[in-house]
Amino acid sequence: MSSIGTGYDLSASQFSPDGRVFQVEYAVKAVENSGTIVGIRGKDGVVFGVEKLVLSKLYEYGANKRIIHIDNHIGMAVAGLIADARQIVSVARDEAANYRSTYGSPIPLKYLVDRVSGYIHAHTLYSAVRPFGCSVLLSSQGPDGPELHMIDPSGVSWGYHGCAIGKAKQAAKTEIEKLKMKDMTCEELVKEVAKIIYIVHDEVKDKNFELELSWIGEVTNGKHQCVPKEIAEAAEKYAKESLVEESSSEDED
Amino acid sequence: MNSERPVQQYFSPYTFNGGTVLAVAGEDFSVIAADTRLSQGFAIHTRDSSKDVQTLCGKTNSTVLGCAGFHGDCLTLTKLITARLQMYEHEHGSKMSCPAIAQMLSTVLYYRRFFPYYTYNILAGLDNEGKGCVFSFDPVGSYERETYRAGGSASALLQPLLDNQIGFKNQQGATEVPLTKDKAVFLVKDVFTAAAERDIYTGDAVIISVITKDGVTEEAFPLRRD
Amino acid sequence: MAAMNVPGFQDQLWGNGPSPGAVYNFPGIQMVLKLLSKFHQQRELCKYPTTTGTSVLGIKFDGGVLMAADTLGSYGSLARFREVSRLTAVGNNTVVGGSGDYADFQYLKSVLEQKVIDDACLNDGHGYTPKSIYSWLTRVMYYRRTRFDPLWNQVVVGGVHNGESFLGCVDKIGIAFEAPTISTGFGAYLAQPILRDALEKNPSMPLDQARQVITRCLQVLFYRDARSLNKSKKHLHGVSRVISRVMKNVLVKWNRQVTQQTLETEDSVPAGQQC
Repeated sequence: MSSIGTGYDLSASQFSPDGRVFQVEYAVKAVENSGTIVGIRGKDGVVFGVEKLVLSKLYEYGANKRIIHIDNHIGMAVAGLIADARQIVSVARDEAANYRSTYGSPIPLKYLVDRVSGYIHAHTLYSAVRPFGCSVLLSSQGPDGPELHMIDPSGVSWGYHGCAIGKAKQAAKTEIEKLKMKDMTCEELVKEVAKIIYIVHDEVKDKNFELELSWIGEVTNGKHQCVPKEIAEAAEKYAKESLVEESSSEDED
Repeated sequence: MNSERPVQQYFSPYTFNGGTVLAVAGEDFSVIAADTRLSQGFAIHTRDSSKDVQTLCGKTNSTVLGCAGFHGDCLTLTKLITARLQMYEHEHGSKMSCPAIAQMLSTVLYYRRFFPYYTYNILAGLDNEGKGCVFSFDPVGSYERETYRAGGSASALLQPLLDNQIGFKNQQGATEVPLTKDKAVFLVKDVFTAAAERDIYTGDAVIISVITKDGVTEEAFPLRRD
Repeated sequence: MAAMNVPGFQDQLWGNGPSPGAVYNFPGIQMVLKLLSKFHQQRELCKYPTTTGTSVLGIKFDGGVLMAADTLGSYGSLARFREVSRLTAVGNNTVVGGSGDYADFQYLKSVLEQKVIDDACLNDGHGYTPKSIYSWLTRVMYYRRTRFDPLWNQVVVGGVHNGESFLGCVDKIGIAFEAPTISTGFGAYLAQPILRDALEKNPSMPLDQARQVITRCLQVLFYRDARSLNKSKKHLHGVSRVISRVMKNVLVKWNRQVTQQTLETEDSVPAGQQC
């Protein structure tokens, strides 16, 4: 950030001389302060895992969820400023409802991503508005199988086989790359996602977190759902155990 | 030309769904009753539409509203009144008295003066001194406090009977004894049985609410079902 | 101007009253005038049903509710659409059936569908109950009639919530009621007496009997209601959710009396396919 203080970072509507939009980059920073979010697309569905940092013990359990339903067949996981994310959620829901009422069928994820990323992008063009301080993952089970997309604060979107955003996105991506996700089922992925979240969680800096898990695919009949309690607990147990194993094997070395 | 078209095509926002309401005020009690038949033309929709009588307030200081006429308006009106009572309670920390509810109901009805609620309302409860009170309304909100009143489909049958039995009208040399609770309930059952004989929109059962300072008691009494 | 400073002087004859020559403005009259003007042009504004469905039947049995409707969409006297569905599941414990204008019913259906999705998005563990759907419908139907733009339907709502069955009905002007047996349209005259009689004789009838009596009613309706069809759809509510639905032809024999035996053979559909 060599150009801080040069005056080119005060507005989203102005480039710096070397072609950057600082406000958008700052928004990306806001996302990088948030808990890690992992999304992996397997052969029969997509699994989301969220490391929801709990800043105070006084907070109610399960509040301020970061995995949200957009429509029956679409799920969203958000990293960054939760209040900004809620606005994106609301826009996405409106888009989905609107599509359904006009065309009488569920909205294709590709189209929804186009619309939502266009909306986010529009917030990087004007001096009167602030870009969204959040990135979102979107999952769906469409006619051509599972889909996973990510939109960042600049309004750029990509389709993914596996994606991570937030604090430990690099570490998480490294872990995801070790998986052969294209051959894996949702049941297998849930465990791995939980494990990755536990691996990348920084126990020194962030003490408490809640693990949120959701999935969509053949296992849920094409509906986005929270992973059922027993399965989620089993995955969490697996994650914790493999973490202990790894650390003990490291000790032996 | 109009008669050539099917009647169904015309949209009428009203129908008459029958129902008779009756209320009597005594010295320290009041009785309100309504039948439970909901009909339209020659069809009986349900024999158990206990919604004709709505208990508006809680255990103490209770007021009961009886509502007959167009059932859609009855439902809407009672829903609205219930909400307004709730709002009053939140704002004032106390329940609304029967005379206050009467005034409010009148205002609510008059607000729709030019597209009225097609409902005949009778309100029964206790006034601020603990005396039984009955308020009767016309569909656009004009109202009056009375000691007894019949409203709805069989009102024309019942009112003269009440005039005679409770008001001691057209009786020679009758001693005007004050009405007791038991006598009132007995009379209500009697006159409703009579109304069910002659009015096809009254029948199935009558629900009788007796309001005293101790609260409301409700009783159902069967009527003929044809 | 000087006069205005004199104590007690009124420069208005009647404060808050109408200006001279004008009429007093009654409260709420603006809304009323708008409605009245709509009322006077009602022929243009008010619609009438085009494609219509006939009776919807519903009965409570021991542990649930059974609803049935045939699959005909009539265009006046023309039997225009022969396989439309007039029963729709709302969430997983409610079914809504509609007679009257089919377009209006489809509209209601789409609104309800979106409502259920919106509700699921909240992810709060709560859902609509049959009663709440019914209550919502009473408000919508009444509101539309008050605007002189009615939804031309009689809608039956049935379902089971917490082990309790619910059966209710709302019509195009907002008349709403709950009852253990409901039939709309011609069914009110032809089927309702049969249903009531059956229920009175056996207040907690088993599913088999409910199915039998509903089938009987559908037969009677097909015989006498010219806008009906011998193909119907039934929805069955089990203890907690809608169990299944299946298209089924009602057996019709014009040439002889329907005997108990024909009813039985007709009811013995292979398991899993039963309504």
